[in-house]
Amino acid sequence: MKVHIDPGRCQGHGRCYTLAPGLFGEDEEGYGQVVGDGVVPPGEEQAARLAVANCPELAIELQEEA
Amino acid sequence: MTVDDRFTRDHRDTRGELPLGTRNEIVVGPVSDWAEDFSHLEPEWAADPYPIQDDLRRRCPIAHTGRFGGGWLPTRYEDVAAIAYDTERFSSRSIIMSNYRPPLELAPIGATPPISSDPPFHHDARKLLLPAFTKSAVAKREAATRAFCHALVDGFEGQPVVDAARDYAQHIPMRVIADMLGFPPEDGPRFREFVENALEGVNLPPEERLARMESLFDYLYAQIRDHVENPRDDLTTYLIDAELYGRKLDPAHVAGTIALLLIAGIDTTWSAIGASLWHLAKTPADRERLVAEPELLPTAMEEFLRAYAPVTMARLVKEDMHWRGVDMKADDWVLLSFPAANRDPEQFERAGEVVIDREVNRHVAFGLGIHRCVGSHLARMELRVALEVWLERVPAFTLDDPGAVTWSPGQVRGPRTLPLRIG
Ligand code: HEM
Ligand code: SF4
Repeated sequence: MKVHIDPGRCQGHGRCYTLAPGLFGEDEEGYGQVVGDGVVPPGEEQAARLAVANCPELAIELQEEA
Repeated sequence: MTVDDRFTRDHRDTRGELPLGTRNEIVVGPVSDWAEDFSHLEPEWAADPYPIQDDLRRRCPIAHTGRFGGGWLPTRYEDVAAIAYDTERFSSRSIIMSNYRPPLELAPIGATPPISSDPPFHHDARKLLLPAFTKSAVAKREAATRAFCHALVDGFEGQPVVDAARDYAQHIPMRVIADMLGFPPEDGPRFREFVENALEGVNLPPEERLARMESLFDYLYAQIRDHVENPRDDLTTYLIDAELYGRKLDPAHVAGTIALLLIAGIDTTWSAIGASLWHLAKTPADRERLVAEPELLPTAMEEFLRAYAPVTMARLVKEDMHWRGVDMKADDWVLLSFPAANRDPEQFERAGEVVIDREVNRHVAFGLGIHRCVGSHLARMELRVALEVWLERVPAFTLDDPGAVTWSPGQVRGPRTLPLRIG
Protein backbone atom coordinates (compact mmCIF):
# COMPACT_ATOMS: atom_id res chain seq x y z
CA MET A 1 0.00 0.00 0.00
CA LYS A 2 1.28 3.46 -0.92
CA VAL A 3 0.07 7.03 -0.28
CA HIS A 4 0.60 10.10 -2.42
CA ILE A 5 -0.48 13.75 -1.96
CA ASP A 6 -1.54 15.74 -5.00
CA PRO A 7 0.14 19.11 -4.32
CA GLY A 8 -2.28 20.77 -6.74
CA ARG A 9 -5.18 19.90 -4.44
CA CYS A 10 -3.65 20.01 -0.94
CA GLN A 11 -4.53 23.20 0.93
CA GLY A 12 -2.88 22.37 4.23
CA HIS A 13 -5.91 21.35 6.29
CA GLY A 14 -3.57 18.98 8.11
CA ARG A 15 -6.06 16.19 8.72
CA CYS A 16 -3.54 13.72 7.30
CA TYR A 17 -0.63 14.59 9.56
CA THR A 18 -2.93 14.78 12.58
CA LEU A 19 -4.60 11.42 11.99
CA ALA A 20 -1.59 9.56 10.58
CA PRO A 21 1.55 11.27 11.85
CA GLY A 22 3.60 8.20 10.94
CA LEU A 23 2.74 8.62 7.26
CA PHE A 24 2.42 12.36 6.75
CA GLY A 25 4.17 15.51 7.91
CA GLU A 26 3.78 19.25 7.36
CA ASP A 27 6.05 21.52 5.38
CA GLU A 28 6.99 24.98 6.64
CA GLU A 29 3.72 26.42 5.28
CA GLY A 30 1.51 23.66 6.63
CA TYR A 31 0.97 21.72 3.41
CA GLY A 32 0.91 17.95 3.76
CA GLN A 33 3.91 15.85 2.82
CA VAL A 34 4.31 12.13 2.55
CA VAL A 35 6.95 10.74 4.90
CA GLY A 36 9.67 8.90 2.96
CA ASP A 37 8.55 7.15 -0.21
CA GLY A 38 4.92 6.85 0.88
CA VAL A 39 4.99 3.08 1.31
CA VAL A 40 2.65 2.28 4.20
CA PRO A 41 4.39 0.08 6.79
CA PRO A 42 2.49 -2.93 8.15
CA GLY A 43 0.04 -1.88 10.85
CA GLU A 44 -0.46 1.63 9.43
CA GLU A 45 -3.05 0.68 6.78
CA GLN A 46 -5.97 1.79 8.92
CA ALA A 47 -4.33 5.17 9.62
CA ALA A 48 -3.75 5.63 5.89
CA ARG A 49 -7.40 4.97 5.10
CA LEU A 50 -8.49 7.32 7.89
CA ALA A 51 -6.37 10.14 6.44
CA VAL A 52 -7.82 9.58 2.97
CA ALA A 53 -11.35 9.58 4.38
CA ASN A 54 -10.85 12.88 6.19
CA CYS A 55 -8.98 15.03 3.68
CA PRO A 56 -11.53 17.69 2.71
CA GLU A 57 -9.74 18.41 -0.57
CA LEU A 58 -9.60 14.74 -1.70
CA ALA A 59 -5.88 15.32 -2.17
CA ILE A 60 -4.61 11.94 -0.95
CA GLU A 61 -4.35 9.01 -3.32
CA LEU A 62 -3.98 5.50 -2.01
CA GLN A 63 -2.67 2.64 -4.11
CA GLU A 64 -3.70 -0.63 -2.54
CA GLU A 65 -0.81 -2.62 -3.96
CA ALA A 66 2.69 -1.22 -4.03
CA MET B 1 18.20 54.03 8.30
CA THR B 2 15.18 55.96 7.06
CA VAL B 3 12.17 56.32 9.28
CA ASP B 4 9.18 54.16 8.34
CA ASP B 5 6.53 56.82 7.74
CA ARG B 6 4.02 54.60 5.94
CA PHE B 7 1.62 54.71 8.87
CA THR B 8 1.77 58.35 9.80
CA ARG B 9 -0.67 59.39 7.11
CA ASP B 10 -4.19 58.24 7.58
CA HIS B 11 -4.88 55.19 5.42
CA ARG B 12 -8.08 56.74 4.13
CA ASP B 13 -6.09 59.42 2.27
CA THR B 14 -4.50 56.77 0.10
CA ARG B 15 -7.90 55.52 -0.99
CA GLY B 16 -9.10 58.93 -2.10
CA GLU B 17 -9.25 58.29 -5.83
CA LEU B 18 -11.30 55.12 -5.66
CA PRO B 19 -14.97 55.14 -6.64
CA LEU B 20 -17.26 54.63 -3.70
CA GLY B 21 -18.90 51.31 -4.50
CA THR B 22 -22.65 50.71 -4.55
CA ARG B 23 -25.25 50.76 -1.83
CA ASN B 24 -28.74 49.33 -1.86
CA GLU B 25 -31.90 49.82 0.13
CA ILE B 26 -31.77 48.06 3.51
CA VAL B 27 -34.62 45.57 3.96
CA VAL B 28 -35.29 44.12 7.39
CA GLY B 29 -38.21 42.29 8.98
CA PRO B 30 -39.76 38.83 8.89
CA VAL B 31 -38.95 36.63 5.91
CA SER B 32 -41.98 35.74 3.79
CA ASP B 33 -40.57 32.72 1.95
CA TRP B 34 -37.03 31.46 2.64
CA ALA B 35 -36.68 30.31 -0.97
CA GLU B 36 -37.33 33.79 -2.36
CA ASP B 37 -36.57 36.24 0.44
CA PHE B 38 -33.92 34.71 2.72
CA SER B 39 -32.04 36.75 5.30
CA HIS B 40 -29.38 35.35 7.60
CA LEU B 41 -29.81 38.38 9.86
CA GLU B 42 -33.33 37.65 11.06
CA PRO B 43 -33.89 36.15 14.54
CA GLU B 44 -35.47 32.96 13.17
CA TRP B 45 -32.22 32.12 11.34
CA ALA B 46 -30.05 32.99 14.32
CA ALA B 47 -32.16 30.81 16.63
CA ASP B 48 -32.02 27.69 14.42
CA PRO B 49 -30.95 27.86 10.76
CA TYR B 50 -30.74 24.10 10.18
CA PRO B 51 -34.42 23.29 9.55
CA ILE B 52 -34.52 26.23 7.12
CA GLN B 53 -31.42 25.01 5.29
CA ASP B 54 -32.65 21.40 5.21
CA ASP B 55 -35.98 22.49 3.78
CA LEU B 56 -34.31 24.63 1.12
CA ARG B 57 -31.94 21.80 0.19
CA ARG B 58 -34.93 19.55 -0.45
CA ARG B 59 -37.04 21.98 -2.44
CA CYS B 60 -34.72 24.51 -4.12
CA PRO B 61 -31.77 23.87 -3.64
CA ILE B 62 -30.42 27.38 -4.44
CA ALA B 63 -32.50 30.02 -2.65
CA HIS B 64 -32.76 33.66 -3.74
CA THR B 65 -33.28 36.97 -1.98
CA GLY B 66 -33.96 40.50 -3.13
CA ARG B 67 -32.51 41.82 0.10
CA PHE B 68 -28.90 43.07 0.18
CA GLY B 69 -29.35 44.13 -3.44
CA GLY B 70 -29.85 40.51 -4.53
CA GLY B 71 -28.20 37.23 -3.65
CA TRP B 72 -28.23 33.43 -3.70
CA LEU B 73 -27.96 30.72 -1.09
CA PRO B 74 -26.85 27.28 -2.27
CA THR B 75 -27.51 24.57 0.31
CA ARG B 76 -25.97 21.44 -1.20
CA TYR B 77 -22.40 20.40 -0.45
CA GLU B 78 -21.72 19.97 -4.16
CA ASP B 79 -22.72 23.55 -5.01
CA VAL B 80 -20.90 25.12 -2.05
CA ALA B 81 -17.72 23.23 -3.00
CA ALA B 82 -18.00 24.20 -6.67
CA ILE B 83 -18.27 27.91 -5.77
CA ALA B 84 -15.41 27.78 -3.26
CA TYR B 85 -13.20 26.29 -5.99
CA ASP B 86 -14.37 28.61 -8.77
CA THR B 87 -12.44 31.80 -8.10
CA GLU B 88 -12.73 32.70 -11.81
CA ARG B 89 -16.45 33.35 -11.62
CA PHE B 90 -16.94 34.16 -7.93
CA SER B 91 -14.93 36.97 -6.37
CA SER B 92 -13.92 37.40 -2.72
CA ARG B 93 -13.85 41.20 -3.12
CA SER B 94 -16.32 41.27 -0.27
CA ILE B 95 -16.93 38.25 1.92
CA ILE B 96 -19.55 39.82 4.18
CA MET B 97 -22.98 39.94 2.55
CA SER B 98 -24.21 43.41 3.30
CA ASN B 99 -25.91 46.38 1.70
CA TYR B 100 -22.67 47.72 0.28
CA ARG B 101 -20.58 46.37 -2.57
CA PRO B 102 -17.02 47.62 -2.71
CA PRO B 103 -15.84 48.96 -6.07
CA LEU B 104 -14.47 46.55 -8.66
CA GLU B 105 -11.14 48.36 -8.57
CA LEU B 106 -10.58 46.94 -5.11
CA ALA B 107 -9.99 43.47 -6.64
CA PRO B 108 -7.77 41.50 -6.56
CA ILE B 109 -6.38 42.80 -3.24
CA GLY B 110 -9.51 43.82 -1.34
CA ALA B 111 -9.72 45.58 2.00
CA THR B 112 -8.50 42.70 4.20
CA PRO B 113 -6.00 40.47 2.35
CA PRO B 114 -5.89 37.54 1.88
CA ILE B 115 -9.57 36.78 2.64
CA SER B 116 -10.74 39.61 0.37
CA SER B 117 -8.22 38.83 -2.36
CA ASP B 118 -8.58 36.99 -5.64
CA PRO B 119 -5.86 35.23 -7.63
CA PRO B 120 -3.11 35.90 -8.43
CA PHE B 121 -2.50 38.36 -5.56
CA HIS B 122 -4.24 36.12 -3.03
CA HIS B 123 -1.53 33.47 -3.10
CA ASP B 124 1.26 35.90 -2.23
CA ALA B 125 -0.64 37.64 0.57
CA ARG B 126 -1.60 34.28 2.07
CA LYS B 127 1.93 32.90 1.83
CA LEU B 128 3.12 35.67 4.16
CA LEU B 129 0.86 34.35 6.92
CA LEU B 130 1.18 30.59 6.58
CA PRO B 131 4.44 29.95 8.50
CA ALA B 132 3.13 31.61 11.69
CA PHE B 133 -0.01 29.45 11.64
CA THR B 134 1.28 25.93 11.01
CA LYS B 135 0.37 23.18 13.41
CA SER B 136 3.85 23.14 14.93
CA ALA B 137 4.02 26.93 15.18
CA VAL B 138 0.74 27.14 17.09
CA ALA B 139 1.67 24.18 19.32
CA LYS B 140 4.09 26.57 21.03
CA ARG B 141 1.08 28.50 22.36
CA GLU B 142 -0.65 25.48 23.82
CA ALA B 143 0.81 25.66 27.34
CA ALA B 144 -0.06 29.35 27.75
CA THR B 145 -3.56 28.75 26.37
CA ARG B 146 -4.11 25.90 28.80
CA ALA B 147 -2.95 27.98 31.77
CA PHE B 148 -5.29 30.78 30.69
CA CYS B 149 -8.27 28.37 30.46
CA HIS B 150 -7.49 27.11 33.96
CA ALA B 151 -7.40 30.68 35.25
CA LEU B 152 -10.85 31.32 33.73
CA VAL B 153 -12.26 28.24 35.46
CA ASP B 154 -10.62 29.34 38.73
CA GLY B 155 -12.77 32.45 38.38
CA PHE B 156 -15.96 30.35 38.54
CA GLU B 157 -15.27 29.60 42.22
CA GLY B 158 -18.43 29.85 44.29
CA GLN B 159 -20.81 30.38 41.34
CA PRO B 160 -23.40 27.66 40.72
CA VAL B 161 -24.25 29.14 37.30
CA VAL B 162 -21.77 30.66 34.83
CA ASP B 163 -22.19 32.09 31.38
CA ALA B 164 -19.91 29.83 29.34
CA ALA B 165 -20.02 32.16 26.31
CA ARG B 166 -19.32 35.38 28.16
CA ASP B 167 -17.11 34.13 31.00
CA TYR B 168 -15.16 31.42 29.17
CA ALA B 169 -15.40 30.93 25.39
CA GLN B 170 -14.97 34.53 24.26
CA HIS B 171 -11.85 35.22 26.32
CA ILE B 172 -9.76 32.38 24.94
CA PRO B 173 -9.37 33.49 21.30
CA MET B 174 -9.18 37.14 22.38
CA ARG B 175 -6.20 36.44 24.59
CA VAL B 176 -4.46 34.23 22.04
CA ILE B 177 -4.76 36.71 19.18
CA ALA B 178 -3.85 39.68 21.38
CA ASP B 179 -0.65 37.82 22.31
CA MET B 180 0.12 36.95 18.70
CA LEU B 181 -0.44 40.50 17.45
CA GLY B 182 1.24 42.07 20.46
CA PHE B 183 -1.84 44.07 21.51
CA PRO B 184 -2.67 44.86 25.16
CA PRO B 185 -4.67 41.93 26.57
CA GLU B 186 -6.89 44.33 28.52
CA ASP B 187 -8.28 45.65 25.20
CA GLY B 188 -10.46 42.52 24.95
CA PRO B 189 -13.76 44.38 25.37
CA ARG B 190 -12.84 46.68 22.48
CA PHE B 191 -12.10 43.67 20.26
CA ARG B 192 -15.56 42.36 21.03
CA GLU B 193 -17.05 45.66 19.94
CA PHE B 194 -15.06 45.61 16.67
CA VAL B 195 -16.13 42.06 15.93
CA GLU B 196 -19.79 42.75 16.56
CA ASN B 197 -19.69 45.86 14.39
CA ALA B 198 -18.08 44.09 11.47
CA LEU B 199 -20.18 40.95 11.50
CA GLU B 200 -23.47 41.78 13.13
CA GLY B 201 -23.90 45.45 12.24
CA VAL B 202 -24.60 44.57 8.61
CA ASN B 203 -28.06 46.16 8.44
CA LEU B 204 -27.09 49.42 10.16
CA PRO B 205 -27.24 52.65 8.12
CA PRO B 206 -24.08 52.97 5.96
CA GLU B 207 -22.75 56.09 7.73
CA GLU B 208 -23.02 54.32 11.06
CA ARG B 209 -21.29 51.23 9.71
CA LEU B 210 -18.52 53.34 8.22
CA ALA B 211 -17.99 55.28 11.43
CA ARG B 212 -17.65 52.04 13.37
CA MET B 213 -15.18 50.64 10.84
CA GLU B 214 -13.15 53.81 11.21
CA SER B 215 -12.89 53.38 14.93
CA LEU B 216 -11.43 49.90 14.33
CA PHE B 217 -8.84 51.28 11.93
CA ASP B 218 -8.03 54.20 14.23
CA TYR B 219 -7.25 51.66 16.91
CA LEU B 220 -5.18 49.49 14.55
CA TYR B 221 -3.13 52.39 13.20
CA ALA B 222 -2.32 53.47 16.76
CA GLN B 223 -1.12 49.93 17.55
CA ILE B 224 0.86 49.76 14.31
CA ARG B 225 2.59 53.11 14.96
CA ASP B 226 3.48 51.92 18.43
CA HIS B 227 5.08 48.82 16.87
CA VAL B 228 6.98 50.94 14.33
CA GLU B 229 8.50 52.81 17.26
CA ASN B 230 9.00 49.75 19.46
CA PRO B 231 9.43 46.66 17.28
CA ARG B 232 8.64 43.37 18.99
CA ASP B 233 8.66 39.68 18.21
CA ASP B 234 5.02 39.46 17.15
CA LEU B 235 2.83 39.35 14.05
CA THR B 236 2.32 43.12 13.89
CA THR B 237 6.05 43.82 13.63
CA TYR B 238 6.38 40.88 11.23
CA LEU B 239 3.76 42.42 8.90
CA ILE B 240 5.27 45.90 9.17
CA ASP B 241 8.62 44.46 8.01
CA ALA B 242 7.24 41.97 5.48
CA GLU B 243 7.97 42.44 1.79
CA LEU B 244 6.18 41.48 -1.40
CA TYR B 245 7.60 41.97 -4.89
CA GLY B 246 10.76 43.52 -3.44
CA ARG B 247 9.17 46.20 -1.30
CA LYS B 248 7.39 46.68 2.00
CA LEU B 249 3.62 46.18 2.07
CA ASP B 250 1.15 48.98 1.46
CA PRO B 251 0.00 50.45 4.77
CA ALA B 252 -3.57 49.51 3.87
CA HIS B 253 -2.46 45.91 3.37
CA VAL B 254 -0.77 45.77 6.78
CA ALA B 255 -3.77 47.28 8.55
CA GLY B 256 -6.27 45.22 6.55
CA THR B 257 -4.54 41.95 7.36
CA ILE B 258 -4.31 42.81 11.05
CA ALA B 259 -8.02 43.71 11.02
CA LEU B 260 -8.71 40.33 9.44
CA LEU B 261 -6.69 38.40 12.02
CA LEU B 262 -8.43 40.23 14.84
CA ILE B 263 -11.95 39.77 13.48
CA ALA B 264 -11.57 36.29 11.94
CA GLY B 265 -9.82 34.82 14.93
CA ILE B 266 -12.16 35.84 17.71
CA ASP B 267 -15.85 35.18 17.35
CA THR B 268 -15.29 32.17 15.10
CA THR B 269 -13.40 30.26 17.77
CA TRP B 270 -15.56 31.68 20.54
CA SER B 271 -18.58 30.33 18.63
CA ALA B 272 -17.02 26.89 18.15
CA ILE B 273 -16.14 26.54 21.84
CA GLY B 274 -19.58 27.80 22.89
CA ALA B 275 -21.53 25.56 20.52
CA SER B 276 -19.57 22.50 21.66
CA LEU B 277 -20.28 23.25 25.34
CA TRP B 278 -23.94 23.92 24.51
CA HIS B 279 -24.19 20.53 22.84
CA LEU B 280 -22.53 18.75 25.75
CA ALA B 281 -24.69 20.56 28.30
CA LYS B 282 -27.85 19.30 26.64
CA THR B 283 -26.56 15.82 25.74
CA PRO B 284 -25.48 14.04 28.96
CA ALA B 285 -24.57 10.80 27.16
CA ASP B 286 -22.00 12.57 24.97
CA ARG B 287 -20.67 14.58 27.89
CA GLU B 288 -20.23 11.50 30.08
CA ARG B 289 -18.56 9.58 27.29
CA LEU B 290 -16.03 12.36 26.66
CA VAL B 291 -15.26 12.65 30.36
CA ALA B 292 -14.66 8.88 30.48
CA GLU B 293 -12.78 8.72 27.15
CA PRO B 294 -10.80 11.95 26.76
CA GLU B 295 -8.88 10.38 23.83
CA LEU B 296 -12.10 10.64 21.81
CA LEU B 297 -12.12 14.42 22.04
CA PRO B 298 -10.17 15.16 18.83
CA THR B 299 -12.69 13.09 16.86
CA ALA B 300 -15.70 14.56 18.69
CA MET B 301 -14.38 18.05 18.14
CA GLU B 302 -14.38 17.56 14.36
CA GLU B 303 -18.00 16.47 14.63
CA PHE B 304 -18.90 19.62 16.57
CA LEU B 305 -17.17 21.64 13.86
CA ARG B 306 -19.18 19.81 11.21
CA ALA B 307 -22.58 20.00 12.89
CA TYR B 308 -22.24 23.53 14.30
CA ALA B 309 -19.86 25.04 11.74
CA PRO B 310 -19.76 28.68 12.86
CA VAL B 311 -18.63 30.36 9.65
CA THR B 312 -20.50 31.27 6.48
CA MET B 313 -18.69 33.26 3.79
CA ALA B 314 -19.87 35.30 0.82
CA ARG B 315 -18.79 35.83 -2.75
CA LEU B 316 -19.75 38.32 -5.49
CA VAL B 317 -20.74 36.98 -8.91
CA LYS B 318 -18.35 38.39 -11.50
CA GLU B 319 -20.51 38.31 -14.65
CA ASP B 320 -24.10 37.49 -15.64
CA MET B 321 -24.41 33.73 -16.06
CA HIS B 322 -26.70 30.76 -15.91
CA TRP B 323 -25.36 28.65 -13.06
CA ARG B 324 -26.80 25.24 -12.13
CA GLY B 325 -30.36 26.23 -12.96
CA VAL B 326 -30.43 29.84 -11.78
CA ASP B 327 -29.73 33.16 -13.53
CA MET B 328 -27.03 34.94 -11.60
CA LYS B 329 -26.32 38.58 -12.37
CA ALA B 330 -23.02 40.40 -12.07
CA ASP B 331 -22.60 41.67 -8.50
CA ASP B 332 -25.19 39.32 -7.01
CA TRP B 333 -24.10 37.95 -3.65
CA VAL B 334 -23.63 34.28 -2.97
CA LEU B 335 -23.93 33.32 0.66
CA LEU B 336 -21.47 30.45 0.91
CA SER B 337 -22.89 28.32 3.69
CA PHE B 338 -20.30 25.85 4.94
CA PRO B 339 -22.81 24.96 7.71
CA ALA B 340 -25.44 23.94 5.13
CA ALA B 341 -22.87 21.93 3.15
CA ASN B 342 -21.88 20.12 6.34
CA ARG B 343 -25.43 18.84 6.83
CA ASP B 344 -26.07 17.62 3.29
CA PRO B 345 -27.30 13.99 3.51
CA GLU B 346 -25.80 13.35 0.06
CA GLN B 347 -22.36 13.92 1.58
CA PHE B 348 -22.73 12.73 5.18
CA GLU B 349 -24.50 9.75 6.69
CA ARG B 350 -26.88 10.73 9.48
CA ALA B 351 -26.13 14.33 8.50
CA GLY B 352 -28.57 15.87 10.96
CA GLU B 353 -27.25 13.94 13.97
CA VAL B 354 -24.22 14.65 16.13
CA VAL B 355 -22.17 11.44 16.12
CA ILE B 356 -19.18 12.10 18.34
CA ASP B 357 -17.22 9.08 17.15
CA ARG B 358 -17.77 9.76 13.44
CA GLU B 359 -14.61 8.49 11.76
CA VAL B 360 -15.14 9.65 8.19
CA ASN B 361 -15.63 13.38 8.35
CA ARG B 362 -14.72 15.49 5.35
CA HIS B 363 -16.43 18.57 6.76
CA VAL B 364 -15.79 22.03 5.40
CA ALA B 365 -16.04 24.19 8.53
CA PHE B 366 -12.72 25.80 7.58
CA GLY B 367 -13.65 26.23 3.93
CA LEU B 368 -12.32 24.57 0.81
CA GLY B 369 -9.78 25.53 -1.81
CA ILE B 370 -7.37 28.45 -1.82
CA HIS B 371 -9.00 30.36 1.07
CA ARG B 372 -8.80 27.43 3.55
CA CYS B 373 -8.78 29.06 6.98
CA VAL B 374 -5.24 30.18 7.73
CA GLY B 375 -6.09 29.95 11.43
CA SER B 376 -7.49 26.40 11.33
CA HIS B 377 -4.57 24.84 13.23
CA LEU B 378 -4.71 27.60 15.81
CA ALA B 379 -8.50 27.32 16.16
CA ARG B 380 -8.27 23.55 16.56
CA MET B 381 -5.64 23.91 19.27
CA GLU B 382 -7.76 26.47 21.14
CA LEU B 383 -10.94 24.42 20.81
CA ARG B 384 -9.27 21.22 21.96
CA VAL B 385 -7.55 22.84 24.94
CA ALA B 386 -10.69 24.79 25.93
CA LEU B 387 -12.78 21.60 25.94
CA GLU B 388 -10.10 19.49 27.65
CA VAL B 389 -9.72 21.95 30.50
CA TRP B 390 -13.47 22.43 30.85
CA LEU B 391 -14.23 18.68 30.93
CA GLU B 392 -11.40 18.05 33.38
CA ARG B 393 -12.42 20.83 35.73
CA VAL B 394 -16.20 20.90 35.22
CA PRO B 395 -17.17 17.34 34.28
CA ALA B 396 -20.84 17.76 35.25
CA PHE B 397 -22.88 20.60 33.81
CA THR B 398 -26.29 21.28 32.31
CA LEU B 399 -28.17 24.11 30.60
CA ASP B 400 -29.46 26.31 33.39
CA ASP B 401 -32.29 27.69 31.28
CA PRO B 402 -32.47 26.53 27.65
CA GLY B 403 -34.68 29.51 26.82
CA ALA B 404 -32.01 31.97 27.95
CA VAL B 405 -29.44 30.83 25.37
CA THR B 406 -28.92 33.41 22.61
CA TRP B 407 -27.11 33.02 19.27
CA SER B 408 -25.36 35.63 17.17
CA PRO B 409 -27.05 36.51 13.90
CA GLY B 410 -25.23 36.80 10.60
CA GLN B 411 -22.31 34.96 9.08
CA VAL B 412 -20.64 33.79 12.27
CA ARG B 413 -23.06 31.87 14.43
CA GLY B 414 -22.51 30.74 17.97
CA PRO B 415 -23.91 31.13 21.48
CA ARG B 416 -23.55 34.63 22.94
CA THR B 417 -25.39 33.90 26.20
CA LEU B 418 -24.96 30.40 27.57
CA PRO B 419 -25.88 30.01 31.24
CA LEU B 420 -24.62 26.64 32.49
CA ARG B 421 -25.28 25.10 35.89
CA ILE B 422 -21.97 23.79 37.17
CA GLY B 423 -22.56 23.30 40.88
C1 HEM C 1 -13.36 27.61 14.66
C2 HEM C 1 -12.81 28.73 14.26
C3 HEM C 1 -12.71 29.18 12.84
C4 HEM C 1 -13.50 28.86 11.77
C5 HEM C 1 -14.71 27.94 11.73
C6 HEM C 1 -12.97 29.58 10.63
C7 HEM C 1 -13.49 29.49 9.36
C8 HEM C 1 -12.92 30.07 8.23
C9 HEM C 1 -13.40 29.87 6.89
C10 HEM C 1 -14.61 29.04 6.50
C11 HEM C 1 -12.57 30.54 6.05
C12 HEM C 1 -12.65 30.57 4.52
C13 HEM C 1 -12.99 31.89 3.96
C14 HEM C 1 -13.44 31.85 2.51
O1 HEM C 1 -13.57 30.79 1.90
O2 HEM C 1 -13.69 32.94 2.00
C15 HEM C 1 -11.58 31.20 6.88
C16 HEM C 1 -10.57 32.00 6.41
C17 HEM C 1 -9.62 32.61 7.21
N1 HEM C 1 -9.50 32.48 8.58
FE1 HEM C 1 -10.63 31.34 9.79
N2 HEM C 1 -11.88 30.31 11.02
C18 HEM C 1 -11.69 30.10 12.37
C19 HEM C 1 -10.68 30.63 13.15
C20 HEM C 1 -9.67 31.44 12.69
C21 HEM C 1 -8.57 31.92 13.49
C22 HEM C 1 -8.33 31.59 14.95
C23 HEM C 1 -7.83 32.72 12.67
C24 HEM C 1 -6.56 33.48 12.94
C25 HEM C 1 -6.28 34.16 13.94
C26 HEM C 1 -8.44 32.71 11.36
C27 HEM C 1 -7.95 33.38 10.28
C28 HEM C 1 -8.43 33.24 8.99
C29 HEM C 1 -7.82 33.88 7.83
C30 HEM C 1 -6.59 34.78 7.83
C31 HEM C 1 -8.57 33.48 6.71
C32 HEM C 1 -8.35 33.90 5.26
C33 HEM C 1 -7.65 32.83 4.47
C34 HEM C 1 -7.54 33.16 2.99
O3 HEM C 1 -8.37 33.87 2.45
O4 HEM C 1 -6.58 32.67 2.36
N3 HEM C 1 -9.56 31.93 11.41
N4 HEM C 1 -11.81 30.88 8.20
S1 SF4 D 1 -5.50 16.56 4.83
FE1 SF4 D 1 -5.45 16.86 2.64
S2 SF4 D 1 -5.43 19.04 2.31
FE2 SF4 D 1 -4.90 18.64 4.41
S3 SF4 D 1 -2.70 18.65 4.48
FE3 SF4 D 1 -3.36 16.57 4.25
S4 SF4 D 1 -3.42 16.27 2.06
FE4 SF4 D 1 -3.33 18.42 2.38
